[in-house]
Amino acid sequence: MRDNVSSPVREFWERFTTNRFATAGLVVIVVLFLLSLAAALVTPYSPDTIDAWHVLLPPSASHWFGTDELGRDVFTRVVYGARVSLKVGFVAVGIAVVIGTVIGLFAGFYGGWVDSVLMRLVDIMLCFPTFFLILAVIAMLEPSIWYIMVIIGLTGWMGVARLVRAEVLSLKSRDFILAARVLGASDLRIIFRHILPNALSPVLVSATLGVAGAILTESALSFLGIGVQPPTPSWGNILTSGKDYIEFAWWLSLFPGVAILVTVLSYNLVGEGIRDALDPRRQ
Amino acid sequence: MSLARTVCLLLFLFLTACGQDAPWNKAQAQGGAQFVTGSIGEPSNLIPILASDSSSSDISGLVYNGLVRYDKNLKLEGDLAQSWEVSPDGLQITFHLRRGVKWHDGHDFTSRDVLYTYRVTVDPKTPTAYAEDFKQVQSAQAPDSYTFRVTYAKPFAPALASWGMPILPAHLLEGKDITKSPLSRNPVGTGPYIFKEWIPGQRVILEANPKYWEGAPHLSRYVYRIIPDNSTMYMELKAGGVDMMGLSPVQYQRQTTGKEFLARFNKYRYPASAYTYLGYNLRLPMFQDVRVRRAITCAINKEEIIQGVLLGMGQIAHGPYKPGTWAYKPKVDNDPAYDPVNAKALLQEAGYRMGAGGILEKDGKPLSFTIMTNQGNDQRLKCAQIIQMRLKKVGIDVKIRVMEWASFLTNFIDKGKFEVVLMGWTISQDPDLYDVWHSSKTGPKELNFIHYLNPELDRLIVEGRGTFDMAKRRDCYYQIQEILAKDQPYTFLYVPDALPVVTSRIKGIEPAPAGIMHNFIKWYVD
Amino acid sequence: MANYLIKRILMLVPLLLGITLITFTVIHLAPGEPVEMATAMSPKASAATRARLREFYGLDKPLHVQYGMWLSNLSRLDFGRSFAPDNRPVLDKIKERIPITISLNVIALILEFGLALPIGIMAAVHRDTLLDRAISVFVFVGFAVPTFWLALLCMYLFGVKLAWLPISGIHSLGSDQWSFFWRTADLARHLVLPISIATFGSLAGLSRYMRSTMIEVLSQDYITTARAKGVRERVIIYRHALKNALLPVITLLGFSLPALIGGSVIFETIFSIPGMGQLFYQGVMARDYPLVMGILVIGACLTLIGNLLADLCYAVADPRIRHGRG
Repeated sequence: MRDNVSSPVREFWERFTTNRFATAGLVVIVVLFLLSLAAALVTPYSPDTIDAWHVLLPPSASHWFGTDELGRDVFTRVVYGARVSLKVGFVAVGIAVVIGTVIGLFAGFYGGWVDSVLMRLVDIMLCFPTFFLILAVIAMLEPSIWYIMVIIGLTGWMGVARLVRAEVLSLKSRDFILAARVLGASDLRIIFRHILPNALSPVLVSATLGVAGAILTESALSFLGIGVQPPTPSWGNILTSGKDYIEFAWWLSLFPGVAILVTVLSYNLVGEGIRDALDPRRQ
Repeated sequence: MSLARTVCLLLFLFLTACGQDAPWNKAQAQGGAQFVTGSIGEPSNLIPILASDSSSSDISGLVYNGLVRYDKNLKLEGDLAQSWEVSPDGLQITFHLRRGVKWHDGHDFTSRDVLYTYRVTVDPKTPTAYAEDFKQVQSAQAPDSYTFRVTYAKPFAPALASWGMPILPAHLLEGKDITKSPLSRNPVGTGPYIFKEWIPGQRVILEANPKYWEGAPHLSRYVYRIIPDNSTMYMELKAGGVDMMGLSPVQYQRQTTGKEFLARFNKYRYPASAYTYLGYNLRLPMFQDVRVRRAITCAINKEEIIQGVLLGMGQIAHGPYKPGTWAYKPKVDNDPAYDPVNAKALLQEAGYRMGAGGILEKDGKPLSFTIMTNQGNDQRLKCAQIIQMRLKKVGIDVKIRVMEWASFLTNFIDKGKFEVVLMGWTISQDPDLYDVWHSSKTGPKELNFIHYLNPELDRLIVEGRGTFDMAKRRDCYYQIQEILAKDQPYTFLYVPDALPVVTSRIKGIEPAPAGIMHNFIKWYVD
Repeated sequence: MANYLIKRILMLVPLLLGITLITFTVIHLAPGEPVEMATAMSPKASAATRARLREFYGLDKPLHVQYGMWLSNLSRLDFGRSFAPDNRPVLDKIKERIPITISLNVIALILEFGLALPIGIMAAVHRDTLLDRAISVFVFVGFAVPTFWLALLCMYLFGVKLAWLPISGIHSLGSDQWSFFWRTADLARHLVLPISIATFGSLAGLSRYMRSTMIEVLSQDYITTARAKGVRERVIIYRHALKNALLPVITLLGFSLPALIGGSVIFETIFSIPGMGQLFYQGVMARDYPLVMGILVIGACLTLIGNLLADLCYAVADPRIRHGRG
């Protein structure tokens, strides 16, 4: 089994790359990632240098995306904002995936009352309009990017839990699990060594979509004034600061808006691509 | 697929309904003598003494009257009081009330209403923020239905102005719990407009009072629309859904300069009666050193703030008064000028040394603090960011925290749990500074929340409010401005310009020192 | 069926309890004491008022007792009074706001299903063609564009530039004097933008789900058999496949509601629609705890009802069903 590992990966990759939209999405994501890492190299400005005498200048050779309401370079802020927005996406989803996976694994593996209790918890959490919960908690705590990531994560794990549980239920009775049990493996070992790796693929898809959702949630929070706090740029708060000037300083909302749009779209396309590539029926 | 067809059909219906005979098109064409204004916030309570938000007072101002009011040149004139006499020692004021004034429900307005308003305001059970001035009153009497007399124990200069407080209807409130009164959502006043309806979250509608003692207002209907988002409000203005709003400096200077806009709207600009400041929590050792406070002021370029935040439409503030008013001292000697080198020198002198990461340190502790400000005020947020950058240049690390107004006040200001605040005060017409600066006003929920204690200043404040001699008062306030400039308990930042815009359909607007709203009841439509 | 119904309704009890428990926990995570907010806006609130409020909310008692008290108040539909200066009963405030939010979301939900299902089917039938890709990009763009930005752009285009549609609010001024027909048309005009944008944003999830279910059904043996027998493609798709593919979609109905209601905060703020989302946002920002707790509970209960209805539909549509999901 072990020496076969590289072949399914390659197979997956080949199938994934036949989907041109998904590949394009992946390219966008990678480029953005590199751009945000190399932010200081691609722009001569700092994201928080204010120039009160040059506010809201249209795009020009020296300011590719124009300047914002405090005379800061919008291109620089969008590039640095990518860091923050991507960080929010990844950390929030990381939290959601960990919680969801653990709950799904235990519920599916143990069944019985553990399953009932955990799945009722999922049902209850799913009843709340998630954005209401996020809003209630964040508005009451001190606003910080960490809280935002944690809260988005804490309110977004239910889908993952259901997916993992379903997967575990179908794996539980498979031969290799029964074999492991006969050989005396402990529950935890079976869960984490044998079941978890096999349940990961649906999680990967939902995580990819989750990153997109978290970026959007941050921008909605910024619109309401409780997103990432200034002067730290995030796409959400740059877009929000541009909304008052939508009619004449279009550059201030257009670039962060398009950045969000393209990124979220890319994550969705990649998520779809992964799902299709993993789908056994497509072989 | 038939569903898609239904949707198309519906859409078609909407679009054809936009034809000429749709009532909304007619309504827009006529406009009528209806006046629509927009507000971000919804009024909280229409009993004026129970509310302190500007939305509530916008409405109350048209529904109620006080005994006196400021005219367009900011001189006190009679409102519900036809005339008044002040005793020679200044301790007693006798108001002669206007006869024939009726409450909107038809009852006669009498001195009983005035007496009731006074009593309920000073009643400790009434949760109001406006009791302070009335507490100076030693006794209040209503000798007859149209006379009202108040006596003060000692001379109190703001006494007369304090009777601008809206008068409440005694016949509807007396003997009842004012906090549970239906009037808070259904006010009955004596003013030029009669309350008609309040649709929560949407609008408040007032109708002209045909029997108003000054004559019925020309604009027959006043609509106060609640539009929580500023960008939405601006679009409503352009689309004709709102007749008046306050513009932001960017809107004023960059977005509303086209011919088309200027043909449809009239813009106004005059200094607002308000200033914005940076206030230091003087309970903290860090800010007890005057050199640190002066250094911060030196490090801040106020010109730059006015440029960046107000696009130049405002004036530098160096004290709590509005430039051009009688108490304002034009040239203050002790005011620190923008001078980053001097700022660094002052901090050096105060014992701060440059530490790792370019942040000053003293006794191993970095010079670092958080500026708190309230949400919903874009200008303050911008201002904080400019200050943050300037202070970083002299080695001070600043964080910014924005909070919702109510929780900002309760959880931080009132408990003294802040380091530096960026806030604003409105400048009242009377220059008395007791509430904000007197050392007795440092308790919870009081306005000297920065805890500024200066016996010399206290003495001058009491002296200033305790005399009717204008020259003596002015002298006190000039000295106060020097002390505040020297001590820098606040860094006074700027006095912004008010930038209202009104649709050109409305005529009769007369800009004056008091702004444009002073003759609202004389505004008309051609 | 009756058995199923009873069972399903009994299941609501633990869910309701859980909803209240989570709401209570969330609110009590917040630092500070609710009473401080209640008395804060009234500087002269006496110690007695404070004590009375403490007693009303039972803040002097341990948390579990407080929870019990709150729960027993809730069971009598007593949500307490708002901490806002108007001091009105929370239930009154929610009641006047809820109809508009519900109707908006139900219309958006109907449109969402009405558009997403055909789109999803179309994508599945034309799987892997350009049309399929175009559809997926279209629905994902709807999902990916920040709603408040799209809303502002549309307001500017349709409200200011073209002046076809009103910008904000739900009624024109003076519409109360118009005939019923025009009043309705006026309301509809005001809702075109918010509902279209809400629908556009929610198409992605459902249409993709429909697509994958449909693809799954189309690959089943009986479809292949039908094809082999020479049944026409249209008949296969619309008569055989669709029936089976629609079934799982019904359960999604209930879950679409919380997402839409959550989004109403943004819509109602930007379009000045006086609904529950706007009220919730105001409540949260002003730390109006009774209001926030009330809306959370009511919002969650709405979803619960939505789910129940969806499950009942499912049970009616699929006679095999004997018990609920899980």
